Amino acid sequence: MPRAKSKKEEPVEAESDVAMEEAPTSHQPEDEMVVDQDEDEDAGDVEDDKSDEEEEEEAQRVRLLPGSTPTAASFEFLNEGHTLGNALRYITMRNPDVEFCAYAIPHPSEAKMNVRIQTFEGTTAIQALEKGLRDLQELCNVVSEKFIGARDSFGASSP
Amino acid sequence: MPHKPPTTEELERRKIVGIREETITDVTSTDFPGHYPGEDHSWDIERFRQGFRVEFHHNETFEASFSLIGIDASIANAFRRIMIADIPTLAIETVFINNNTSVIQDEVLSHRLGLIPFKGGHDGLHKFIKWYRKPDDQSQLDSSYFDNNTVSLRLEVKCEHNDKAAAGETDPTKLYKHAHVYARDIEFVPVGRQLQYFSGEDAIAPVNPDILIAKLRPGQEISLSMHMHKGVGSDHAKFSPVATASYRLMPVITIERPILGRDAEKFARCFPKGVIGLEKVTRKEAAKKGSGYEGHEGELKAVVRDPMRDTVSRECLRHDEFKGKVKLGRRRDHFIYLVESTGQLQSDEIFLEAVAHLKKRAQFLEKQVMNMVR
Repeated sequence: MPRAKSKKEEPVEAESDVAMEEAPTSHQPEDEMVVDQDEDEDAGDVEDDKSDEEEEEEAQRVRLLPGSTPTAASFEFLNEGHTLGNALRYITMRNPDVEFCAYAIPHPSEAKMNVRIQTFEGTTAIQALEKGLRDLQELCNVVSEKFIGARDSFGASSP
Repeated sequence: MPHKPPTTEELERRKIVGIREETITDVTSTDFPGHYPGEDHSWDIERFRQGFRVEFHHNETFEASFSLIGIDASIANAFRRIMIADIPTLAIETVFINNNTSVIQDEVLSHRLGLIPFKGGHDGLHKFIKWYRKPDDQSQLDSSYFDNNTVSLRLEVKCEHNDKAAAGETDPTKLYKHAHVYARDIEFVPVGRQLQYFSGEDAIAPVNPDILIAKLRPGQEISLSMHMHKGVGSDHAKFSPVATASYRLMPVITIERPILGRDAEKFARCFPKGVIGLEKVTRKEAAKKGSGYEGHEGELKAVVRDPMRDTVSRECLRHDEFKGKVKLGRRRDHFIYLVESTGQLQSDEIFLEAVAHLKKRAQFLEKQVMNMVR
């Protein structure tokens, strides 16, 4: 019967800790166009930063869909859903250089999320997408900062 | 034509989702550039910082309630979804059954075991335990389990007659030994470095020791061992760190014209306790012309006391006497969260992890987008 066994003090291999989504039980057949031999495609999603950096070559999860121009582009995200899609859509729409932004999940049986961005002249859709992702990170910083502040002062005021 | 900046009342009005007897109004947010001509609604982190607020209502291990004020639904919803589906926890994933002669079938028993929430040392769960990766090659299975990706548990229970039971006893728990199998009967088998992370108080143990797993009768036996792995709620609900994580919008009740006397009492009964208070009309109010209080000094009037407790049942809109006197709504940017942890993580910690998770994901994808361009 298999039992967990002790591991000696050797550095943790990136291979040995990979996202749950990788597990065959819930494994979805993936699009051949984007998946390559590297199985660690969403390792960075859940891994710690250390092995993130070790992993130089990560499978590309974002792709520019055909038919895009610099100011009007569609992007395909693998293994993303409404969680990031809607948040990213909102923050991108707040960018004054963006004329249009929307997201869609073309079919629920495929783990794909598409984002369409159209910008005014002077910037590109890719830049707008990058700004959206950056703004989202800044927003998260503010939320956790204020949350910790409120929690600590609440904890101090009530027994 | 130069654009007039919106007044405070106008800004306030824009935040309210109207709730009428049968319909709702102003559902979508309008704070986008270009929606109001001449107004700047572009994203600015400093402006967000100034407008954003967190208020705590209560904060315990198993339940935390707090408000995020000044945030959009898409972001608030992302946090909620991440709490439910993307924050990893440790749960029983594999059950190796040596013997099970109880009436509960192997697969049902295994499922029940999987759903039991466990607790353990914080450092061990967060830093030490890593993801378990099932090898592609089945022959490698035995060498894929390590102390930092698998936690072993054991359950050995045998039901026997209790010789000391009183004559005529009918209670099976007294008549037999181990008639009931509880979560507390699960035994943690520490391996390797797990000893240093999960010992004493920090040992891996069920959050609630009184969870009934199976019932046995004399001669029946359960003998099994289990492996716990890290997982996320999107794979199986047993990995979700929360029982529920939800939010609702802050209710807004506006009394536009005075509701007095018996009407006021009836009005208060239209709401849950504590939402509407009754106060006496003061002399000053009664003296004010056009206030609607003239000549009503000393009478009771309805006042809004605690709208957060309201369930927005809309009962008050069904009565003719309140027609045109009250307006109901919800504040679109005020989210009252309720996070109920299963016990492995603190409730407030789960939210913080959700925020960190979203940030990490955005960071990762930003890198990916740059990669794509390259």
